Amino acid sequence: MVMRGGWRVKLLQLWLPLGFFLLFTLFPFYWMTVTSLKPNAELYNTQMMPLLLYHPTLKHYVDLLTQTSFLLWTWNTMLVAVVSTAISLVLGTMLAYPLARINFPGSALIAFAVAATYLVPQPLLFIPMADIINRMGLGDTLTSVILTYPTMLVPFCAWLLMGYFKSVPHELEEAARIDGASHFQAMWRIVLPLCTPGFISAGIFAFTLAQNEFLYALIFLTKTDVRTVPVGAIAELIRGDVFYWGQLMAAALLGSIPVAIIYSFFVEHYVAGLTAGSVKG
Amino acid sequence: MVLRSESAVAVPARPLSRARFRIKEGTAFGWMMAALPLLFLVAFVGYPFVYGIWLSLENRSVARPAVFVGLGNFIADARDPVFWQVVRNTFVYTIVATVLKAGGGLALALVMNQNFRGKNLVRAMVLLPFIVPTVLSTIAWMWILDPAFSVLNWFLVHLGERPPGPSWLGNPYLAMGSVIFVNTWRGLPFYAITLLAGLQTIPGDLYDAATIDGAGSWHRFRYVTLPLLQPVILIVTMFSVIFTFSDFQLVYVLTRGGPANATHLFATYSFDIAMSAGQLGRGASVALAMLPALALVIAALTLYMRRRRW
Repeated sequence: MVMRGGWRVKLLQLWLPLGFFLLFTLFPFYWMTVTSLKPNAELYNTQMMPLLLYHPTLKHYVDLLTQTSFLLWTWNTMLVAVVSTAISLVLGTMLAYPLARINFPGSALIAFAVAATYLVPQPLLFIPMADIINRMGLGDTLTSVILTYPTMLVPFCAWLLMGYFKSVPHELEEAARIDGASHFQAMWRIVLPLCTPGFISAGIFAFTLAQNEFLYALIFLTKTDVRTVPVGAIAELIRGDVFYWGQLMAAALLGSIPVAIIYSFFVEHYVAGLTAGSVKG
Repeated sequence: MVLRSESAVAVPARPLSRARFRIKEGTAFGWMMAALPLLFLVAFVGYPFVYGIWLSLENRSVARPAVFVGLGNFIADARDPVFWQVVRNTFVYTIVATVLKAGGGLALALVMNQNFRGKNLVRAMVLLPFIVPTVLSTIAWMWILDPAFSVLNWFLVHLGERPPGPSWLGNPYLAMGSVIFVNTWRGLPFYAITLLAGLQTIPGDLYDAATIDGAGSWHRFRYVTLPLLQPVILIVTMFSVIFTFSDFQLVYVLTRGGPANATHLFATYSFDIAMSAGQLGRGASVALAMLPALALVIAALTLYMRRRRW
């Protein structure tokens, strides 16, 4: 009897709500996959049960890879995400380190400014930014986004890394200083290596943010060969009123895979980045 | 949690003289390090921000000389009925989506805070909507809500609804409901995972103590969980409000602000005016209209984070 009751409670309190939430979360991904594998005849036949796949085909994937610049867009997206993440980690460290470990005049004000900058949303800045990028002659270059993505990523990385930098005991640094290390050496050899998890968290998070960016890419990148995946998909797989649904779903799925793979390897670090600041470990 | 807590590492008090020596000598190093990133942020966040304010005071169209018009653009906004519709839309969108995400996220966090097999896998899968590029997942939602081939309508029609079924993105109310739903789908995992991390920091003995004192599950939730989770809920909500209020991607992809401006938000409307119609000044004024409400939340959140973190 007790066992039975426990089983029922577990079903009601755990498995049913969990199943509901998982269905809610994962259905679009299932639908993306199924759609991308359906031949057009099946895709646009409202008589057939849509959840099932009768004649799977890779045609949409082949078309996407051969008839559009999808591979180039993927390369662009990766390049931009990797370079802007690297820049942001370096600049973020340079900003976070003194704020976290040296109590110098003006540091409180800078810390406040960094937090505020992190929270300024892009739509507040994109119009002047478009004009500035145009005047710099950077329209339709990957440099335009590589230069502007760090505006969001640097404050984020700095803010996240600060917590890690603060957690390294001052004694370690002082011991190094007494042994004759400079400020820079103490940072480079002692503190930064201890903060590797912080760099992974910040890096993963910045990378996914860069992959996700759309507004600047939409405005700055108007030519096929410089586009990123999201902009390419929206601008070139939807032509007027014609939606290439099979290819769109294939693009959505393939475009999500790099992020999903990296994420799956570093879930813990990603979650640490996500919850930093709102939850004190 | 990978993140180490600041309090876990005790830093004993140092002799004053040595501390002072380090502060003085550290100042130069500090500024040297911070100078480059600060310069970058001033050039690419500070300057565009100020320049945006300047733009909003000009009548500036593409390929025409700019004319200073003072508050002319803002007066034009105030007389534009679409602008007021945008204000209403943005508040409805933000408030409803935030309530759904916070409520749903808390529910999911409580469900996941139990012991079960495959917990880590479930947590990883639950976060997927949040990590996948928004535009790409929104394309999938566009297809789910398609007027002719919606999978939802296939079921509704087979359950007896008159074909072709509801026009999810064509009817003004349904369109607003749809964008709110998709925003909830994307944002709920963020709440759930962050609140779950918060729940895991609540010591188990508090619940034991409450149980011994005769508290039922509702009372444990109301008098132990909720008060201890409150700071996390507050931060996550303020954070999400900022980015929901200024949302662009989702609405741009799903409806472009339509039908008949029913889902236009500040960001999409200012994009339309500035980029599609080429009126940079007017567009900048619409974007800046977000500022008062945003500044309030940003200031509150910054102060709150600062108090907790620095």
